[in-house]
Amino acid sequence: MNTVVTAQNLARHYEVGGGLFSKPSVVKALSEASFTIEAGKTLAVVGESGCGKSTLARLVTMIEEPTAGTLNIAGKDVTPDNWDTLRDTVQIVFQDPYGSLNLRHRVGAILEEPLKINRPDMSAKERQAKAREMIELVGLRPEHYDRFPHMFSGGQRQRIAVARALMLEPKLLVLDEPVSALDLSIQSQVLNLLLDLQERLDLAYLFISHDLSVVRHVADDVVVMYLGRPVEFGSKEAVFGNPRHPYTKALLSATPSTEPNPEKKRIKLEGELPSPLNIPDGCPFAPRCWKAKSKCREQRPDLMGEHPAACWYPEG
Amino acid sequence: MTLLNIRNLSVDFDTAGGQFRAVDGVDITVNEGDILSIVGESGSGKSVSMLAMMGLLPWTATITADEMSFDGVDLRGMTAKSRRKVIGRDMSMIFQEPMSSLNPCFTVGFQIKESLRIHMKMDRAARHRRAVELLDLVGIPDPEKRLKAFPHQMSGGMSQRVMIAMALACKPRLLIADEPTTALDVTIQAQILDLLTDLQKETGMGLILITHDMGVVAETAQRVQVQYAGQKVEEQEVRKLFAEPHHPYTSALLAALPERATERHLPTIPGVVPGQYDRPEGCLFSPRCRFANDTCRKTDPPVQPPELGLARCHYPVNAKEGVA
Repeated sequence: MNTVVTAQNLARHYEVGGGLFSKPSVVKALSEASFTIEAGKTLAVVGESGCGKSTLARLVTMIEEPTAGTLNIAGKDVTPDNWDTLRDTVQIVFQDPYGSLNLRHRVGAILEEPLKINRPDMSAKERQAKAREMIELVGLRPEHYDRFPHMFSGGQRQRIAVARALMLEPKLLVLDEPVSALDLSIQSQVLNLLLDLQERLDLAYLFISHDLSVVRHVADDVVVMYLGRPVEFGSKEAVFGNPRHPYTKALLSATPSTEPNPEKKRIKLEGELPSPLNIPDGCPFAPRCWKAKSKCREQRPDLMGEHPAACWYPEG
Repeated sequence: MTLLNIRNLSVDFDTAGGQFRAVDGVDITVNEGDILSIVGESGSGKSVSMLAMMGLLPWTATITADEMSFDGVDLRGMTAKSRRKVIGRDMSMIFQEPMSSLNPCFTVGFQIKESLRIHMKMDRAARHRRAVELLDLVGIPDPEKRLKAFPHQMSGGMSQRVMIAMALACKPRLLIADEPTTALDVTIQAQILDLLTDLQKETGMGLILITHDMGVVAETAQRVQVQYAGQKVEEQEVRKLFAEPHHPYTSALLAALPERATERHLPTIPGVVPGQYDRPEGCLFSPRCRFANDTCRKTDPPVQPPELGLARCHYPVNAKEGVA
């Protein structure tokens, strides 16, 4: 297997506020994220809003520089100096297909733009041929080449966004909530397309989502994040079948199941996410955890064990 | 006792491209103590039918119905003034976006007390007591202090709790929740859904839950009504609907859930929901239906008997021998 991405202890901190006399405070949007993704595999990142999922996507796509940690893409260490040579190996598909396509460009122009910028020696004819090929690959019709984005439905627009991301033949596709803006009947079409493309082009996916039922369907490995830190990591079977971190367990039980079963006992989490400006000492999950003890409030647990979970008293 | 009774409701919008029918012949019945869920994709007319009932649609909308009554009172010919006496008191609504439905210029205490002042004619002290009680009821810690907070000082889950408190202020008999948890995280969603069902059980009010999330439906509703392109296509008790859907659309929708997938490839519904200009003749679902034949494409489908989930279909699926 060839590894496409390796991340070691990635972190991204932001300074906010501050003035002439007050010190700025630091938001730790992401800390200590480590993972590898192999070609043809999907790593899913799940968590609630504010857990650092999108920050992770911004680091991997080289939109932002990590504050600490190393990132290795396709065998090369990533530094801001070689961003421009590496960026075409990583592409991103955004959540909202209504906002991420330029309304004033035809589909053809949207698809050819990445080539114009990154492949300057390509002729216009080659570019067009490539765009038409891609239109077919994502299941659109040839006449769609000359249309504008407003003429398409949500699912079709998401296909265009996927096609645009694939124009530079990337090795890694970052999918930031690719189906959460779509209706259920359209969602399955787009998921199938993504799975097909992965098989055909041996793509690695970094799949960011909050919908656990979608993640369970597409992922190979899963990282669960809470307040900017990974709290559990493992294969899909391990994380869903035998969750070790209490937060993972709560998240799974909070996800509404489609089997009507009134006897189901739900783990009720008290309270809400603490502010990222003011992360509690010790385990960040301790204030909401039903089995927190004094040790949890004092010392922060690291990822431990064979199926790693950041918890002093893991389940299972 | 029947609380809400709507027969053959249609809503047309005047648009630049002509008339557009957003809701097409929908029937809704809610009894006291009922939890009815209306599911459908975007554009299926689920919110519009509720807004029509509340009288919240703009003037471009034409509302027609054979019957539209709440607690025996006809809502159709009501003047705006008398309608306002019912809405907000006996019938109230929670909207999807808690952050944008609250007025950012006033404290949440003021906004909760406003409806108490207008509808219940309570004095200042009584209003304050009731507001504290309400915030406590929806699980907001430290309610006295929170009454003075402005909406921007609260998180999404908190704002939604305030919205629920406002809706419950005058002890409504019917509560309409329009996608109450769509903008929230799953753990908060679970809290809000539990809160709504608990409150419903305690007060015995009718609850209409509008959503597109099949999981939410399965876990909260008693009765489900499925809408497609403005029409009601099926209505069943929740467990029966998930076990034996009768309309091909419901059945395809349930099969497309990633949770129910047996293979790596999900079953899909080809095509998209018809829009204003490409409404098909006959059955609206026929262009996307696996079972459609020429009858479906030409004649409007009949509504099947209740044993077949009132399915609006020529050939309902999962039909037992001799029923159809």
